Amino acid sequence: MKQTHEPLLRAHKFFANMAPEHVSLLAGCAATATFPPGAFLFREGEPADACYLIRFGRVALEVPAPGRDALTVQTLTEGDVAGFSWLLEPHRWEFDGQASERVLAIRMDGACLRDKCEQDPILGYELMRRFSNLAVARLQATRLQLLDVYGHVHDR
Amino acid sequence: MYTTAEPDPAGPRPAGPGDVTGDWAEPRPWLVTAVRDEAPDVVTLSCTPPARFRFEPGQFNMLSLPGIGEVPISISGDPAAGGQVLHTIRDVGPVTRALCNLRPGQRAGVRGPYGTSWPLAAAAGGDLVIVAGGVGLPPIRPALYQALHDRDRFGRVMLLYGARTPLDLLFTEEFGMWRARDDVDVRVTVDTAGRQWHGNVGVVPALIPGAGLGPETTAFVVGPEIMMRFTIRALLVAGVPPGRIYLSMERNMHCAAALCGHCQFGPFLVCRDGPVFRYPDVARWLTIREL
Repeated sequence: MKQTHEPLLRAHKFFANMAPEHVSLLAGCAATATFPPGAFLFREGEPADACYLIRFGRVALEVPAPGRDALTVQTLTEGDVAGFSWLLEPHRWEFDGQASERVLAIRMDGACLRDKCEQDPILGYELMRRFSNLAVARLQATRLQLLDVYGHVHDR
Repeated sequence: MYTTAEPDPAGPRPAGPGDVTGDWAEPRPWLVTAVRDEAPDVVTLSCTPPARFRFEPGQFNMLSLPGIGEVPISISGDPAAGGQVLHTIRDVGPVTRALCNLRPGQRAGVRGPYGTSWPLAAAAGGDLVIVAGGVGLPPIRPALYQALHDRDRFGRVMLLYGARTPLDLLFTEEFGMWRARDDVDVRVTVDTAGRQWHGNVGVVPALIPGAGLGPETTAFVVGPEIMMRFTIRALLVAGVPPGRIYLSMERNMHCAAALCGHCQFGPFLVCRDGPVFRYPDVARWLTIREL
């Protein structure tokens, strides 16, 4: 009997309160994935053919820089989702995603997700809404990072 | 002095004409007995007061050096520990630089303590989350010490702490000790880091959604004001009631005795009515850029 990943999707924060029929549909795009520390989930410039729902561990989003260590721009942990690039053309990863500790994840196939969204616009809207919330939260966090609030203090 | 360990149901008392109740005192010389480098521009002075000294978590002292000036500095040590009093100072100007350059055997003028304190009693019976950013950790560390002394009074106790880089993290040796306990959850993040850092990278409000907070959580927030505003938004989204959020405000305090008005913040004088405020009492003033 084919194993379903539906229970894993239901347990993940990203799919909280999603209609059961939609979760069932999306389960067809899911596969489990494990990455040892140091392994790359994805590399900058490569085809972005998936996103990863992190169940356990920590993923560092990094920008490689010649002649120096890669810079970590953000880390993602349990309950987070790694990867928007599957959604938007040209479907190429913008960062490296490296496991900084052992990572258990659900790999969602990008082409499969896009196909499901095309077939079912209600599901498509729901998924876009969830990814938009995620993208806005990341954008706000990035703005706060750019403000460098800890660097500006004065004699009290 | 307006000092309370319990939240005032009426909220902080606004300043009023002729309402001069602050405890003005001449600074007394305190002996510096030890200086500890915490980060590239942050030191902790360990000082011996000339007489018995007591303070509540969140309060501050005015530290001065003759001919240079005086600044408010939070007290960063354990309120239950007698003897030495700790002040953690970031070098950001002439006065703090001179204080950071003090060596054991020298003296600094000290008066205090001043200001309101973290209302640990209000948090009792529920979860307590302390959210600190940058040099916001020192003024809130005494509250964490006290919460750990009275550990049975709380549900979960969490510290969410963010700094600019791993080098800027303060009190890192204590993280290990706190993490070794199974009754306090310490989560640390930095804004940027290289590969040698294996912890979280991101802003401190990003730690909140995964922290399992809710209606029974009391939050103490301290750090740069922008960081506190983002943190409060995240706490509210996480279901923490506004009335259970407390924050420590920072303004240009000079007299610390509600006399000079330099630290006016809306209807409040931060030196007397703060620095610790209940969020709903100051919410409307937080977004007024002229203040």
